[in-house]
Amino acid sequence: MFFAAPRLTRFLLWLIPLTFLGLFFFHPFARILALTFTPAALTDENINLSFDVLLFTLYQAFLSTLLTLALGLPSACLFAKFDFRGKSLLRALTAVPFMLPTVVVAAGFNALLGSRGWLSFLFPLSNFQFVGLPAILIAHVFYNTTIVIRIVGNALSRLDPRIDQAAHTLGANDFRTFWHVTLPLLKPALTASALLVFLFDFTSFGVILLLGGPSFSTLEVEIYIQAVKRLNLSLAALLSLIQLLCTLIFSILYTRIISRNTTQTAPRSVKSNLRKPRTLREKILIASFILLLSSFFLAPLLALPLRSATRLEADRGQRGEVQYGLTADYYTELFVNRRGSIFYVPPIQATLNSLGYATATVFLSLLLGFPAASALAKPTRLEKFLDPLLMLPLGASAVTLGLGFLVTFPRLLALPFIVPLAHTLIALPFVIRTLQPALASIPDRLRHAAAALGASPFQVWKNVDWPILSRATLSAATFAFTISLGEFGAAILLSRPEYPTIPVAIARFLSQPGGLNYGQAMAMATVLLVLTTLGILLIEKLRLPGAGEF
Amino acid sequence: MLQLTHITKSYEGQSLLSDISFTVNQGETVCLLGPSGSGKSTLLRIIAGLESPESGVVAFNGIDITSTPPHTRDFGLVFQDYALFPHLDVFANVAFGLKMKTASSAEIKPRVAVLLEQVGLTEFEHRKVTDLSGGEQQRVALARALAPNPRLLMFDEPLGALDRSLKEDLLNEIRTILHRTNIPAVYVTHDQEEAFAIADRILILHEGKIVCEGSPQDVVANPCSAWAAKFLGLGNVINGSKGEGLKVETVYGVFTVQCGHKHSKGENVHLLVRPREVRNGTNVIKGNVADVLFQKDGFKVTLENGLYVYLESPPKMGEEITVNIEVECLS
Repeated sequence: MFFAAPRLTRFLLWLIPLTFLGLFFFHPFARILALTFTPAALTDENINLSFDVLLFTLYQAFLSTLLTLALGLPSACLFAKFDFRGKSLLRALTAVPFMLPTVVVAAGFNALLGSRGWLSFLFPLSNFQFVGLPAILIAHVFYNTTIVIRIVGNALSRLDPRIDQAAHTLGANDFRTFWHVTLPLLKPALTASALLVFLFDFTSFGVILLLGGPSFSTLEVEIYIQAVKRLNLSLAALLSLIQLLCTLIFSILYTRIISRNTTQTAPRSVKSNLRKPRTLREKILIASFILLLSSFFLAPLLALPLRSATRLEADRGQRGEVQYGLTADYYTELFVNRRGSIFYVPPIQATLNSLGYATATVFLSLLLGFPAASALAKPTRLEKFLDPLLMLPLGASAVTLGLGFLVTFPRLLALPFIVPLAHTLIALPFVIRTLQPALASIPDRLRHAAAALGASPFQVWKNVDWPILSRATLSAATFAFTISLGEFGAAILLSRPEYPTIPVAIARFLSQPGGLNYGQAMAMATVLLVLTTLGILLIEKLRLPGAGEF
Repeated sequence: MLQLTHITKSYEGQSLLSDISFTVNQGETVCLLGPSGSGKSTLLRIIAGLESPESGVVAFNGIDITSTPPHTRDFGLVFQDYALFPHLDVFANVAFGLKMKTASSAEIKPRVAVLLEQVGLTEFEHRKVTDLSGGEQQRVALARALAPNPRLLMFDEPLGALDRSLKEDLLNEIRTILHRTNIPAVYVTHDQEEAFAIADRILILHEGKIVCEGSPQDVVANPCSAWAAKFLGLGNVINGSKGEGLKVETVYGVFTVQCGHKHSKGENVHLLVRPREVRNGTNVIKGNVADVLFQKDGFKVTLENGLYVYLESPPKMGEEITVNIEVECLS
């Protein structure tokens, strides 16, 4: 990119991102470590509580993973083996939740299954409510099924169909073929996807806090409760450390499985073995499964916007006639600064805050991401060592990042820009991973040719680099923007009451009584859903072929 | 034994197989020979039960098995690229079919040992199949198909991926095993050498139809159609017009050929000009030498008019030669 001495260039390129990381990631992390190993943190009481919380976290993650596999495995078979109309649409639908902010998913399931949602409105007498653990589990399945579909589905479609046929001709029926042949061959893919799903369920925060309530405390939720509600920072730090250690262990296991899996002989790629359902029984089975799958994924996504525009209950417990039916009130209320409102500002202010924070995150993460990605585009030994370092914030949960800021910069918390700093840490790995392949794809020959034709370094950059990079830059910017917009864990720890973000506002509305507050939560979540969907669509459109997925 | 009657199959409106009927008797090896796309593999998959015909009947010992699922047919199938189970070792691969028959491990062990000995892989029991060479993998596949004592063995281009000398060795082994076990077999290939070596009877398939049927000697002596003669590479296939008596007029000259009575004068007929020189024949070809190519069993001499013959000694380039040859009438 520049024609300075390579060593100096590299040093300069790394200077800013590493300083940032040291100041806002490693420094807070060291503070958390320091807080953990104090007598105040390591009391018997704290250790016992941490142990209980850890057990419940593992328990819910285990159940969620099991259920996700139960839905994901047949879905993967469906996508890998059969051809049907609307297939790519259905596949895209199953992938949408993975990109959605947790508050939107939580609000969607609340609108569907919660005590003020559609299900209890349509069946008021059946005391049938999905709250607490069942709601958490269902939302986790909704979130992560796409992981199983992708990983297991890929493995399935790479299997040679003749291996199954060989088993058939040797006397194995469908079930025994699946049990003795297909399943063992899928084992690496199944284990990898299960671990990844487990990891996501283990670190889940927003879904559990918003759907489960305080009685369901996982490590993440308990960190938040201890840090914000109980002001017990040392216990929160202890929990954070446990959380980090567990995440580290699961990540190492996952990486090992992945690498073992790739060294195994790759099954030859076969010409498409997709087929249309044949017998009547098969057709009925597949049609009903498609119906089940699409309604499972559509229901919360539709319940949310519908509920945001429908009045099902009194606004604030008035007696007498209540107007039921379609309404735009929840949206217009967003612009009103009500007395007794939980904010000092109209709720729409939260949207403006979020947009502001997201913009700041975009600028900050591009500012840090560009030099890092440039250095990584032509990796030397130094870069091979520094690369995983840059990805580390991915492993720390947002709540832990928030806690780190909380204990390290207590005075800065009054300032509004603390939230974008945390969001930049979260967005940076994605930004770098988006920019790096684009930067690496520009051969030096092009730059040299331009220079030989008389272009100054700036002209080279403007005429060679930028036209190629602009796409990746826009994509990275959208990533950062969307992440910041939907981020919940760090924001709820760090944002001040008068500067809420959209997710924080939704969470507060949801925790308030009255139909109006609930309706406004739905309206804001719908706004966030629309904004995020636009972001996802833009990223998909800009995606470079061959850029990584997970 | 195996009896196919009027098997028909099409795919997306295109006919793959039309009205195929044949039988395979006890101990007989029938070879389905044809170029790729002739439908021979589809036919094999229909026999195996992996695909079902649109019409027609597959019967075994007089019992209709057209809609019997593959796992209850008791037929063994050897695939082109082996399709071994990559997660199982050699022993477990061979034992798979026995296990599906719920044989006890006391029965399985000696049976697998016998089969591995038959295919010369005695020491290989606990090797990973992914570590074996192509020939070794095909031997495992053969042992695996044989293990449950199938009523019929099927081979789908089993030697396609192997090199020449390995092919010959394995072909001999398969032939020996088929003879010893007396299991009827259907063998699919596009390679005529392979077919001649293994088949008791050959069915030549072309565009989903059986165009020729008979023992290897039969189909070479009487290739049934111009297409089959060309496919088998039996010689020059030329067009001619039926003249007076036994005369057929062609651009290469007039030949005296015994054609069937059904041909009338002026009708177009296909002739096969065998490329071997014969001592005293009624027919000769004449022409200038355009190309001489040395081959193992003689010199392939191509004339300027496009015909070729095999000669024992090479003529000069450009020289005009006259060769006595045999000409047959193809239907």
